[in-house]
Amino acid sequence: MSFLLGANMTGGYGGADILHDCTIGVEKGEIAVVVGPNGAGKSTAMKAIFGMLNIRQGQVTIDGEDITSLKPEERVLKGMGFVPQTNNVFTSMSVEENLEMGAFIRRDDITSTMEQVYDLFPILKEKRKQPAGELSGGQRQQVAVGRALMTQPKVLMLDEPTAGVSPIVMDELFDRIIEVARTGIAILMVEQNAKQALNIADKGYVLVQGENRYTDTGAALIANPEVRRAFLGG
Amino acid sequence: MTDILNALVILANFIFVPAMAYGSQLALGALGITMVYSILRFSNFAHGELMSFGAMTTILLTWALQSSGYSLGIFPTALLAIPVSILVTVILAVAIDKSVYQYYRKIRAEPVTLLIVSIGVMFLISGLIRFIIGPKDQVFTDGQRFIMKARAFKKMTGLNEGLAIKMTQGITVVTAFVLVALVFWFLNKTRTGKSMRAYSDNEDLALLSGINPERVVLITWVITAALAAVAGTLYGLDKSYKPFTYLSLLLPIFSAAIVGGVGNPLGAIAGGFVIAFSELTITFAYKKVLTYLLPESMAPDTLMQLLSTDYKIALSFVILVIVLIFKPTGLFSGKTI
Amino acid sequence: MMDRLMTNRTSILFAVMTALIIFVGFVQSWNVAFTIINLCLISAIMTLGVNIQWGYAGLVNFGLMGFAALGGFAGVLISMPPVPGAWEAGGMGILIGLLVGLGFIIAAVMVWHKTAHLGRLQHWALAAVLVIGFFSFRHIVDPAVAAIESFESAKTGYLGGFGLPIMLSWVIGGVLAAGVAWLIGKISLGLRSDYLAIATLGISEIIIYALKNEEWLSRGVKNVTGLPRPVPYEIDLQETPWLIELTNTWGLSLVDTSSIIVKLCYAVLFTAVLVGIYHLSEIALKSPWGRMMRAIRDNEVSAEAMGKDVKAKHLQVFIIGSAIVGAAGAMLTTLDGQFTPASYQPLRYTFLIWVMVIAGGSGNNAGSVIGGFLIWFFWIEAEPLGLWIIEMLTAGLADDNALKMHLIESAAHTRFMMMGLVLILVLRFSPKGLIPEVKR
Repeated sequence: MSFLLGANMTGGYGGADILHDCTIGVEKGEIAVVVGPNGAGKSTAMKAIFGMLNIRQGQVTIDGEDITSLKPEERVLKGMGFVPQTNNVFTSMSVEENLEMGAFIRRDDITSTMEQVYDLFPILKEKRKQPAGELSGGQRQQVAVGRALMTQPKVLMLDEPTAGVSPIVMDELFDRIIEVARTGIAILMVEQNAKQALNIADKGYVLVQGENRYTDTGAALIANPEVRRAFLGG
Repeated sequence: MTDILNALVILANFIFVPAMAYGSQLALGALGITMVYSILRFSNFAHGELMSFGAMTTILLTWALQSSGYSLGIFPTALLAIPVSILVTVILAVAIDKSVYQYYRKIRAEPVTLLIVSIGVMFLISGLIRFIIGPKDQVFTDGQRFIMKARAFKKMTGLNEGLAIKMTQGITVVTAFVLVALVFWFLNKTRTGKSMRAYSDNEDLALLSGINPERVVLITWVITAALAAVAGTLYGLDKSYKPFTYLSLLLPIFSAAIVGGVGNPLGAIAGGFVIAFSELTITFAYKKVLTYLLPESMAPDTLMQLLSTDYKIALSFVILVIVLIFKPTGLFSGKTI
Repeated sequence: MMDRLMTNRTSILFAVMTALIIFVGFVQSWNVAFTIINLCLISAIMTLGVNIQWGYAGLVNFGLMGFAALGGFAGVLISMPPVPGAWEAGGMGILIGLLVGLGFIIAAVMVWHKTAHLGRLQHWALAAVLVIGFFSFRHIVDPAVAAIESFESAKTGYLGGFGLPIMLSWVIGGVLAAGVAWLIGKISLGLRSDYLAIATLGISEIIIYALKNEEWLSRGVKNVTGLPRPVPYEIDLQETPWLIELTNTWGLSLVDTSSIIVKLCYAVLFTAVLVGIYHLSEIALKSPWGRMMRAIRDNEVSAEAMGKDVKAKHLQVFIIGSAIVGAAGAMLTTLDGQFTPASYQPLRYTFLIWVMVIAGGSGNNAGSVIGGFLIWFFWIEAEPLGLWIIEMLTAGLADDNALKMHLIESAAHTRFMMMGLVLILVLRFSPKGLIPEVKR
């Protein structure tokens, strides 16, 4: 059983089901990537795991503990961090304040965590007094990831972290994400740039219409000719 | 040279000093409007009445203090009453939030619905005020009237023109300055203050970060009500207390908040002073000033007044309308606190 | 089925309203009852105007007071005789001044368009034209204003009106309000709803300030009294033989009866206007125009995407609704027989009307009318009602008890609290009002 597991999830936003018996899991220190065509329910699956929508069937567990009925804030306390795709920083607040707000639920000293984030993203230390809204797209994503890391999560969930950034910035972001994973954090992310993402993935999930179509290691999925043809553009 | 000094003293006496005091009152009011706007996301039409309620509470307490023989010497007794009046106003504001506004947050009502609800609250509080203290004028200023008297100033400087600074004006400016500094310190330096800014900036992300919206709202009302109680009292001290003036004061306050950029506290302060200074400079009769400055042959024979003082409050709306047309986001464009 | 239910509810509410009026007629007096009816009718016309703006189109107009006052001013302008002496003293000056002012405004617009290539300088050019224009205008107008205002200032001191029948002002008041609404709409309709609310409230205050202070035009706070009436005077009626005979045979008071007849005449006129506007509103609501309005209100973005010019449509409703409020304002001044700018308060002329519309049922004309009737009734009767409640509550206290005396003195102010409560409770528990909008 995976460290974080959304098992047999079925549900949607109140109307018709978007997810059908969908299962996604990730181990500590691993990177799991969810890919699939538009409208496959990738983001919905993430939201379901984070508790932002109710699932009718299935359950979500972290380290074996059932958290299916918890609210998102409560899941943060259980060690989950979530980086939304858009509007994921406080634009009018400085980088440092963004990190502080990330750690809002913590009552202990956060300076060492902040130092770790700065070590991981040195550019943020340089710009820590600047409003996040004034940063470039890639830097903002770093703030967003940094903000989520401030609670010292055991699992970090990223919803299309490379959306709208240039290929060079994307490579750099992926490098950073690998570094985060090496610290022992489980990483679960949804990606549009499927090939590049699967390259760094320990595990890959291909979703189609809310169902698991292929599940394998990242390398195996890239090697699979069917997956290549249908989802990775040849 | 003395002519120039005399002219400057007139300007200081009739424009700078009163505009500083009036601007401070507007700034405090506009800050309250802006706080509610950025956290609760609606324009609070009941804010003027909240100020009036605070002033009324201060007056009642002041009377009680005066009749039991307490005073502050040269300062108005009202200063002693303000802390309690803040407390009472905060209780009222929070009670109204819990009983009225909270429901609309839960059903995620449109801002315009909340705006109309706030009209109901405005009626309710204004009725309550008239019920308790009546619709008539109340004077509650005591202590020393002037910090600086015109005659003393003339004697001191040997100039023809005098400069008078009322005690209430001095207190208004100092209090406003201290309060504004406190609010800014709170918003920028404390964890709770930062969480309010975060909530105002990005509600969803604030929720994800574990910021409790109801707590943010509660603190917003505490600050807003405290600001309202102080602003209302200062205005009443300075200009005597009439319940109905607070509804007309609401408009310059809104103007100040919008001119500065709704949701931007710094803008609200600046907006207050922009409105106050424009009102006074445009409606001031410059005849005497020009008589000092110009050679005798060119001395004006009319009042040299751009607009009659009757239009003072109307002017704030003219400024508001101009700003809305040319720069709807306000001079210090902002949305979040 | 729903429709039947609705019609039933409407009939019941109107029956209740009638019963309330009759009750007042018997308990207080028929004179009071008719006074209430007349103001109910005018209020109902105003609510129809607001309903067109808010109920049909979702526009927040907090400038009702200004439009009502403009209508009232039209009453003065139409009905009062001109003051030849004042015209002689400064009429020319005012006219020339206004022409000069207009000329400079046109010049300003032209300068703005012609200097677009100058960049920053464009603003300065505009400012220069406006400043020169302002001072030239003041230079011509100020002496004229002074001359007019000093002409027999105790009796007139203003230019007077046109000396036409006052009922004409019901139309002209509407036109005047429509003109101002066009200007305001052009400026502020692009704004978000709460900006629109604040801007309209502010502009209505400016209108009141102008009417209060431009004495040459409206006599300002000196008020204009003794406006001519469209109906007979009580004094004349009291000398009519058939009425004297009638009251003698029935043992009625001649004074009361004459006054009731006068009010009855007003009521007939007002009812005719109300019924007319109501029917036009209903036709408009059911027409494709009304459907489109509601479509825009419910989803502005998609309406815009479908190629509707939302701003132009909003301007239309804003003008129509404001014109109706203006007409009602003129009727009010006609009923009062005087124009008193200082009596215009936003609580009474703007927000009270809003309570009526919300309580009655926004989007539903019958609801708005019944809201106008009921809320006005309680606004007036809140005082006796409040007094009665307070006397009940304090029955145990001695008559010279300070608290009791204070409470009895304050009874009149219960009306504010009552209106606040009505608004809050309706919005909370019955947000669609007494007679909800009919979904078509």
